[in-house]
Amino acid sequence: MTEFSTVDYPAVRSCPFAEPVEHTRLREQQPITKVPLTGGGEAWWVARHAEGRAILADARFSKDRSRPNYPMPGFDEAMRKQFRMQPPSMNSMDGSAHAAERRAVLGEFTVKRLTALRPRIQKIVDERIDAMLAAETRPLDLVPTLSLPVPSLVISELLGVPYSDHEFFESRTMTMVSGNSSAEGRSNAMKELTGYLGELVLEKASEPCDDLLSRLIERRRQEGDLDLQALLGMAFLLLGAGHETTANMISLGVIALLEHPAQLAMIKADPGRTPAAVEELLRYCTIVDLGGTRVATEDVAIGGVTIPADDGVIVSLLSANRDPEPFPNADALDIDRGGRHHLAFGFGPHQCLGQNLARLELQIVFDTLFRRIPALRLAVPMNEIPFKSDAPIFYGAYSLPVTW
Amino acid sequence: MRLTADTGLCVGAGQCVLTDPAVFDQDDDGIVALLTDQPEGDAANRAVTAVAVCPSQAITIIEG
Repeated sequence: MTEFSTVDYPAVRSCPFAEPVEHTRLREQQPITKVPLTGGGEAWWVARHAEGRAILADARFSKDRSRPNYPMPGFDEAMRKQFRMQPPSMNSMDGSAHAAERRAVLGEFTVKRLTALRPRIQKIVDERIDAMLAAETRPLDLVPTLSLPVPSLVISELLGVPYSDHEFFESRTMTMVSGNSSAEGRSNAMKELTGYLGELVLEKASEPCDDLLSRLIERRRQEGDLDLQALLGMAFLLLGAGHETTANMISLGVIALLEHPAQLAMIKADPGRTPAAVEELLRYCTIVDLGGTRVATEDVAIGGVTIPADDGVIVSLLSANRDPEPFPNADALDIDRGGRHHLAFGFGPHQCLGQNLARLELQIVFDTLFRRIPALRLAVPMNEIPFKSDAPIFYGAYSLPVTW
Repeated sequence: MRLTADTGLCVGAGQCVLTDPAVFDQDDDGIVALLTDQPEGDAANRAVTAVAVCPSQAITIIEG
């Protein structure tokens, strides 16, 4: 074990937007090394951008969660069991099986298809901001008024999940990913959400509508391969990944921009710079630090070490994105840095399917929010915002009081 | 410069289309399609970026 084994990994972010100091130290001194994990077990921690990127693109590393050493830091044994019981999806498949699942829905996420959604997303954002402006009391919490409903509305419309059920699916998802849920609470939330989506898939199979799930069912039917369990896995993955992630990025992005007024002024003056700002915010916030978990399927020599077959590996996306080699002055938010090579969406065949939907939502939200409420500010000092430092999967803010 | 795109490797991330929609496109199933395989000038520079950000190494520069 390493000299740093007095802490378990991942370490907690002590400052909201800084990487933990233990992570910096590993990257500088032992960029690929075995570390003990929070909640038990161990894995190879890959700290630098270059090796991280190489591993995520390397087919010798598996994403199959059923492998014994698959790293699930922050999870106790009960949570590991539950996590493995999630409906199987492409997120835990490899090679051609993964490619076949991904290709079945890729057409829904092309840049062209998403660009066509822009007016609808703009309308959703405008309606939420209308509601904020009409609110009789301030401060208000940005999470339930804007951060969460925007991606939730967008993904539920795209998939064909009734938005009227949003409180149900948002709260179950929240319970599954929150740091302060009980094992029983998580287990029940997963069962309820799985049951709900199972029924929804059955409904769509008998009465198709104009939505992603119906189109996917029709496609599978034509291919003679209608597997309702696989469809449930896809629905479960896309619904959860489609709202909780972007919601966290909206909250953190708003805070980061408010804390960097000169950069905020640049995008207010020229929305043409917003796409670059979104890219930089994705790198700077890296809400899914542990999106790069894998298991080696054979011995792999990399960066001066040999990772043995069957060992767990964590490519720390946060550490890679704070690596000064590809990102000079990496701890600074700089919307002009041209940092599109960040790993916030991962890398390799599993790179986030919904990344361009997320980009579009973030661009529209930041542009519209600061144009329509230019005096927006935090209603509490940043150190009073409850950040999700305890959450094992997604970083973000539990609530975000704002005023103007 | 001459480009080639491997539709078998492509994972449809769309990073190339974001980089230069005049050179890179996606078919209806999300897979890369080249609009030209000989980008010139600034487009050639952008193609270098597209190769670098492609998550599946599906785009290759076959001639400098």
